[in-house]
Amino acid sequence: MKAFLHGLLRHPSGRIGAAIVLVYIIVALLAQAGLTPYDPLKQFRIERLQGPTFAHWMGTDMFGRDVLSRLMIGIGQSFMVAFSSVGLAAAIGTLLGLTAAWFGHLWDGLVMRCMDVLLAFPAILLALLFIAVVGPGTFTSILAIAFVYTPIFTRVVRGPALSIKTRDFVDAARSFGSSSTYILTRHLLLNLVAPLTVQVTLALAWSLLTESGLSFLGLGTQPPNSSLGLMLADSVNLMEMAPWLLVFPAIAVMLGILGFNLLGDALRDILDPRMRRVVA
Amino acid sequence: MTKLLSVSGLKVGFGRGDQMRAVVHGVDFELDAGETLAIVGESGSGKSVTALSINRLVDYGGGRILDGRMDFLTAGGEVIDLARASDRRMEKIRGGEIGMIFQEPMTSLNPVLTIGEQIAEAFKLQRGLSGSAARAATLEALDRVRIPDAARRLKYYPHQLSGGMLQRVMIAMALATNPRLLIADEPTTALDVSVQAQIMALLAELRRETGTGLIFITHDMGLVAGIADRVMVMQAGEVVEQGPLDRILDRPEHPYTRHLLKAVPHFSGGRHVRRDHHRTDKTATSPTLTVEGMTVRFPATAGLLRRSIGAIHAVENVDFDVIPGETLAIVGESGSGKSTTARALLGLVKPHRGTFAVVDERTGNRRKPVQMVFQNPYASLNPRLDVESLLAEPVRASGERVDDAVRARMARLLERVGLPVDSIRRYAHEFSGGQRQRLCIARALMVNPAVLVLDEAVSALDVSVQAKVLDLLIDLQNEMKLAYLFVSHDMAVVERIAHRVAVLYAGRIVEIGAAEAVLSSPQHAYTRRLIAAVPTMERRREIFKLDTADIPTLLRPPGYEPAQTLWRTCGDDHQVRIEVDDREEQSHAAAHRQ
Repeated sequence: MKAFLHGLLRHPSGRIGAAIVLVYIIVALLAQAGLTPYDPLKQFRIERLQGPTFAHWMGTDMFGRDVLSRLMIGIGQSFMVAFSSVGLAAAIGTLLGLTAAWFGHLWDGLVMRCMDVLLAFPAILLALLFIAVVGPGTFTSILAIAFVYTPIFTRVVRGPALSIKTRDFVDAARSFGSSSTYILTRHLLLNLVAPLTVQVTLALAWSLLTESGLSFLGLGTQPPNSSLGLMLADSVNLMEMAPWLLVFPAIAVMLGILGFNLLGDALRDILDPRMRRVVA
Repeated sequence: MTKLLSVSGLKVGFGRGDQMRAVVHGVDFELDAGETLAIVGESGSGKSVTALSINRLVDYGGGRILDGRMDFLTAGGEVIDLARASDRRMEKIRGGEIGMIFQEPMTSLNPVLTIGEQIAEAFKLQRGLSGSAARAATLEALDRVRIPDAARRLKYYPHQLSGGMLQRVMIAMALATNPRLLIADEPTTALDVSVQAQIMALLAELRRETGTGLIFITHDMGLVAGIADRVMVMQAGEVVEQGPLDRILDRPEHPYTRHLLKAVPHFSGGRHVRRDHHRTDKTATSPTLTVEGMTVRFPATAGLLRRSIGAIHAVENVDFDVIPGETLAIVGESGSGKSTTARALLGLVKPHRGTFAVVDERTGNRRKPVQMVFQNPYASLNPRLDVESLLAEPVRASGERVDDAVRARMARLLERVGLPVDSIRRYAHEFSGGQRQRLCIARALMVNPAVLVLDEAVSALDVSVQAKVLDLLIDLQNEMKLAYLFVSHDMAVVERIAHRVAVLYAGRIVEIGAAEAVLSSPQHAYTRRLIAAVPTMERRREIFKLDTADIPTLLRPPGYEPAQTLWRTCGDDHQVRIEVDDREEQSHAAAHRQ
């Protein structure tokens, strides 16, 4: 763990990525602990639609609520959705992909054809469909995003797993009499860490975007709660009058995505034992 | 008279700026037309880089010629320095004057084009032929490399041809433009011995016919003896010794050459078999491993509906036994079923019929008594696990805890196979090929097996490393009374480690017996052919005979059962299969094809 952190800090893009993600997480935790400059729901009626001032660093929205406070809550909300949905998608997708590659035949065909069907729909449309059936809300948007990204994980896992399955060390493991579970976890899964981390960080970035999109359409996080997408949606009509309402959440989304991508690149390098010497 | 090629002070490096690393430090040699120069050395010695520098292919691999001259006499009688020739000039020379043959014929051809198209392309590009003229030239080229039934084979795709045939196709392509110099980079390393002999014969014959200069890169001294006029020995980017063949082989001057000649296993027709253990001495010992009637068949299907058309009889009625402390070598060509036999013992393929029993009489241990060491040490170790996890795996698999006793055993075994004890925290990629194979051996020994199956266990290693690993295996065997099943196609290695030899051909044992008897006086026609094909130090400048016989198909119609095998005994421990009239079988196969 110490070596891992050391490697992360030594990695040029890892340092930046980790710093961004860390700042976001701290901000989100602070907001959850109620340590925002103002109550995010409190309306300063007289100070509606104010630009950035000393009192309100990022200005106020059309109800006079403090944008910075709402942004902090929003980051927490968006991150929560992104992490849970990607975590869910990665878990289910990996399980399906691994078992499809390992057992093959009918199970492989069944799983992969289902995934092909899901992949055929555009992501946002599929999420919309799902929400239309289940109803809007934070929890359903988590499920919807997980639903959308599962096929991608399944594919990312199945391909390499099929090729690793034929490698000699898997044969060697079978010749020792190792159990299928052991081979699946120690030999297949462990060798999939690199493609998986990359995929996870990319998916985090995408799901941040999808969550924003869903909230933008009014199907994700519901007001008066706040999320990055919802803030963007609210600000669109006031874009010319109060650009700060759009700019700060947009920068927050962009930086978040950048942070995940940089971190993903770094993780891929660090988690590969063959690269460890070069990096550290 | 000007030489065909004279290289002086050639230096080649890889990388740029600070990262620059010279790998060839000043090589000088000369080559006449019609002469064969063998460049010998182990991996990393710079032999391939030297060869690739001649046709400047090294430029495409990130290398750079730093210094030196390479004067090449072109067909026009002009002498040009290849080290300074322009890219455009080099393209012409590569196509027209210097041909190259690579090690892996299976990966050097485009799998989606027929071989006819690929050879024709060489003619179209280099000689400007088109249409029927190119086709005629292609046909002639295939005839020239002795591919039987050439007209039909033109329409074949690479996967439909065997490795030996593909290497002939590669040679045909290299010869398409009548090159004045042919560079062959380990052209037979990926091939079976008997196929190797064929390719060597072909190269020798072509050189005689066309007067082409040949640069032959290899690590096999036996092959060098068979083909070379002159030998150049390289080590770590330097030429340590060069001279005429006989001088180098009989009176080597440099210690490294002597080391190579001594360390490398040479085949000597059964004169140097192991004599530390004799089966006849200890007839009372009961066998550790007994295999009876082992048969492995793979279902064969054809057509859209996957209709069953019979089965591939990969292994047919194989019987043998191994006593403690004894090595049984299983030899044969690829496709003879030797690896399948080994894999069946490990439960990696399911036998159709037959039994095998393992009795570990040393102890009453209940642990898994058969372990295996695989051919490729680079692929058989999980790159994500450290050595401790790798060694722990067989222990875990047999249902035991990894406790202090197991860790102590790890340390002991690591030390025993010659690895530093601190390697326990390292990963596979931090070891060299030989060290990895030692690691694989230690891993197999973790559960204290009675039988070790070694599937081509040393063939992926460098020659001198090979010798050391073989010595280790022999020591371990004597120490632990292990029974080895040693699967190999390399007769020189087999001679060094085997007590007994079983020759497998087309899925059946055709000859089995004491190593000395089988190797020195082979009785079966196939064994004789196999042994005659092995290059040795004694047979210099050998003219191998060309033989284009196909290996019989192993596909049999459903319900086919082979006739009872009859054995002929010659000597104490030497049995030969009596070939019943094969015509009956062939008529079966013919009837099936129709």
